[in-house]
Amino acid sequence: MPAPLSPPPPALLVIDDEVQIRRLLRVSLEAAGYRVREAETGRLGLQEAATEPPDGIILDLGLPDLDGQEVLRRLREWTRVPVLVLSVREREEDKIAALDAGADDYLTKPFGGRELLARVRAVLRRAQPADEPAVVRVGDLEIDLAARTVRRAGSEVRLTAKEYGLLRLLVLHRGKVVTHRQLLRELWGPHAGDQTHYLRVHMAHLRQKLEAAPHAPRHLRTEAGIGYRLVTEADTGS
Amino acid sequence: MSPSDIARPDPDLLLASLAAREARARRGRLRVFLGMCPGVGKTYAMLRAAQQARAAGTAVLVGIVETHGRAETAALLQGLEVLPRLAVAHRGATLPELDLETLRGRRPALAVVDELAHTNAPGSRHAKRWQDVLELLEAGIDVYTTLNIQHVESRADTVRQITGATQRETVPDTLLDLADELELVDVTPETLRERLRDGKVYLGERAAAAQENFFQESHLTALRELALRYTAERVERQLRALRAPMAKQTVWRSGERLLVAVGPSPFSTQLVRWTRRLAAAQGAPWLAVHVESAAPAPTETQRRIDQNLALARELGAEVVITQDEDPAAALVRVALQHNATQIVLGRPRESPWRRWLPGGTLVDRVLRQGGNIDVYVVPADPAGPRPPLAGLEFDPGLRSGAGEYAWAAGTVAGLTAAGLLLPAQYYLAAGLVYLLAVILLSLRLGRGPVLAAGVLSALTWNFLFIPPRFTFQIGKIEDGLLFGTYFVVALVAGQLTARIRAQALAEHRREGRASALFNLTRSLAEARTLDAAVFAALRQADQLFGAQTSLLLAGPAGGYVPHFAGSFVLDERERAVAEWAWRHRRPAGRFTDTLPASAGFYLPLVRADAAVGVLGVVVPSDSRLTLAQRDLLEAFARQLAQSVEREHLREAGEREKLLAESDRLHRTLLDSVSHELRTPLAVITSAAENLDPADAPARVALAGEIRTAARRLNRLVGNLLDQTRLESGVLRPRPDWCDPRDLVQAAVEEAGDALAGHPLEVQVPPDMPPVRADFALTTQALANLLLNAARHTPAATPVFVTAGIDRDGTRVYFTVADRGPGFPLAMRERLFQKFERGDVARAGGLGLGLSIVRGFVLAQHGEVIVGENPGGGAVFTIYLPHPPPQIPPAE
Repeated sequence: MPAPLSPPPPALLVIDDEVQIRRLLRVSLEAAGYRVREAETGRLGLQEAATEPPDGIILDLGLPDLDGQEVLRRLREWTRVPVLVLSVREREEDKIAALDAGADDYLTKPFGGRELLARVRAVLRRAQPADEPAVVRVGDLEIDLAARTVRRAGSEVRLTAKEYGLLRLLVLHRGKVVTHRQLLRELWGPHAGDQTHYLRVHMAHLRQKLEAAPHAPRHLRTEAGIGYRLVTEADTGS
Repeated sequence: MSPSDIARPDPDLLLASLAAREARARRGRLRVFLGMCPGVGKTYAMLRAAQQARAAGTAVLVGIVETHGRAETAALLQGLEVLPRLAVAHRGATLPELDLETLRGRRPALAVVDELAHTNAPGSRHAKRWQDVLELLEAGIDVYTTLNIQHVESRADTVRQITGATQRETVPDTLLDLADELELVDVTPETLRERLRDGKVYLGERAAAAQENFFQESHLTALRELALRYTAERVERQLRALRAPMAKQTVWRSGERLLVAVGPSPFSTQLVRWTRRLAAAQGAPWLAVHVESAAPAPTETQRRIDQNLALARELGAEVVITQDEDPAAALVRVALQHNATQIVLGRPRESPWRRWLPGGTLVDRVLRQGGNIDVYVVPADPAGPRPPLAGLEFDPGLRSGAGEYAWAAGTVAGLTAAGLLLPAQYYLAAGLVYLLAVILLSLRLGRGPVLAAGVLSALTWNFLFIPPRFTFQIGKIEDGLLFGTYFVVALVAGQLTARIRAQALAEHRREGRASALFNLTRSLAEARTLDAAVFAALRQADQLFGAQTSLLLAGPAGGYVPHFAGSFVLDERERAVAEWAWRHRRPAGRFTDTLPASAGFYLPLVRADAAVGVLGVVVPSDSRLTLAQRDLLEAFARQLAQSVEREHLREAGEREKLLAESDRLHRTLLDSVSHELRTPLAVITSAAENLDPADAPARVALAGEIRTAARRLNRLVGNLLDQTRLESGVLRPRPDWCDPRDLVQAAVEEAGDALAGHPLEVQVPPDMPPVRADFALTTQALANLLLNAARHTPAATPVFVTAGIDRDGTRVYFTVADRGPGFPLAMRERLFQKFERGDVARAGGLGLGLSIVRGFVLAQHGEVIVGENPGGGAVFTIYLPHPPPQIPPAE
């Protein structure tokens, strides 16, 4: 999907110490119509972000000078700019910590080009809340947030209140990961932060009702140890 | 033996001479100044030699010297450093003694210690000064010392025969054998008597009496001859030792070995010395054998046997203690076992009637049974001191308790009372009943009470029953005959049964010893660890000896460490004794001459050339160790030593094996890591190079290859990281509620296109509730199983994944099954080990996958097993604990 063409194209700041990763990101992102700036350390990144605020930041957690989490914390002191965190597979705790600290989503190294673009689009979308449509289409699903109805292949699907609440949160953050904690707090209140089995049960029901193959869901995806993600584009590889 | 055999040096002898030479090299040199009697100038000669050594630059320290106020001697101390004496308090008096600790600590090159035969004050470390000297020598310090011939152990008897004075302070010949130099200080008897007249010889308070006796000219001549002969014998022995390795046309002694029977009598003491002389003259080893009878010997007898055996040990004998009711048979048995060629027996004061009993005297029986063993019979020395009450002591039957006598008397009295009720004409029946009673009593009681019962019943029978009654007279001839027969039958029957009983008892004790040793050996063999073995052995020892035991072993960082299984704790003092025993490889503590005041008896565990531990035994202060117990204890120590050594060897072997194993692992790892890393890298490199000129369809294919290679690399790195996490112990599972379908799906996605080509069948019950697991770990474990299945099964064969909950609802399971070749039973054990690859494994894989599966599952308190798929192929099953999930609150 092309980036918005009307002026100016979104500007992204890549903060990563690996020159090869920076080069790769620049090639992929510029090909997709974004403007790309680079910073190779955390301090340079923070400076860059402050002097000319970008539309989004791609932040590597493993930086030589400052810890990625620290960079994120300092960013969040003054800006709500969307942040996509890059991390390696092994550090799930880091991912959760980053999400809790205000990152919008994460991307696991190694990653594919299409996945990268999908994530970037998803995190940037939040920046334009006015454009939120009332009806969202995901595959053969049609969710009408205003009417609180869900249709699958044209026919209405009955959902319980909790199931609908769950789906609605995922739709609002579609394309992005939503952590267990976020979901539980929104649906069950501030003290339900650890009761993940509630989520498991409702998600299983939701998949039964909405997915063609509940065993291998295409849209309602599990993010190992972190949360769920509503995948809108079928071509997003894992 | 062929002539060449005769000319060949015995390898054992050569070894012994080598060992002796080596021991000498480490030990300090001992120089003994030997004299025939006091006053010949030994101390003077010793100090002169010390002065010479000092002049030659040797560091000399005088430990102790008795000048007896002689000015010439005192003058020789000029310039030599004299160690202050140690004041040992004993019964209110202080006795000046050699300060062994300081002397040893100072480590002079040469120590001067006068009067080798001196007995130390009670409370000193060693009972005798010669033991102090031995310790100095072992510490590598040279020692000069003095000695009179009458104090040489093996010559003490002869000296007593010459002078009539018994010597209590003796020095074992073995110590003198250690002497590197023996210097005879010789003066003629005339000169000595002259010096005595001039008052140049100090004789102490009893000078006058001594002069009368000891210094008679005839005595002096005899003593001088003794000293000269001793020195000459020694020179001859040295000559022989020198000649032995040269193997000239010398006649080699054909393994002569002497055996001497040792009992409690002082005569045995003489016999031991006599045998030692004979053995020394023949250059033969010798054994001292004591035959114990079943009945425990009284303490005093035991003490004397101990003394005699200790003497034999000191004189260099190998001591053997055996149990038998028949001493002759025992002696011959031991002789045959140890290849003894000569048996030395005393002609003891055996009861004359013994001669008339079947078998005859001990000497007769040994001669008869001994076959071609030479038997020496040494007549008892009439002048020798007699043991007190010797006859009484030898009869174990008379030592029964008062209770047994009461039983005997009671039985006779009861029968008498019953017999009195009988009419007078049944007096014969009464006699028979008495006889029966005596025989029955002999089955239960000792010889003495039975004898008493026999006599008592005979007298009562005569007095009360045999007419005329109430007199000791017997009216009829046949009654007299009957009475006589009764008396003899009762006594003989009693004797015979008592002997059978004693034999049974001895058998029982032998059996007890054998079974104790057997039990020990068995529990040592069964114990899987040294700790278990020590524990078992110590508990058995506790029980057997009624004692508390402790064991010191070498600690991992050196030093002596008490084993935790010990039943008593060594305080600092006891520990020092135990360590002494360890260092010197000799028993120490109670019941020995070294630090006898200690609470414990310490036996070193000696193997080959080193002590591997010390066994400490504390018996209640009022009891002693019998010879048999000590013997058994030594056997225990030997067994334990073997165990400890075996453990040392096993540890060494284990280390070796571990090293080899880690070496193998390293090689395997390097081989497979380089293969696994380089293969995908090679694919990426060549595909990337080909991308440039390639046409469009080829580009797609090449890009696919690059992607696959990259995924493979990524997985490999993941596995290595996982394994590292497992091994570093930082892996902390974070269990969470997971949808089992999610877990399976994530695993399938993780396995990715490696599974392509294998139809996948997933079966998860639709109503399966969430399970508690670490999502990432479980997914990875399942993915590894899937990859494993895909890699090791032929293309297009299906892979099955199922999940479910156990019937009893406590465990959740995931299975991954395939239709591949499966695993042979023998392989299944090793399967989950690191770097282990199936024998039929195709190229590829580090052998980490399954090891990680097991690690991740174990970390979650689960288990993973491999089995056979009923339709062919392998099934891996992961079990995880399944706590009941909470029901979500109703909406």
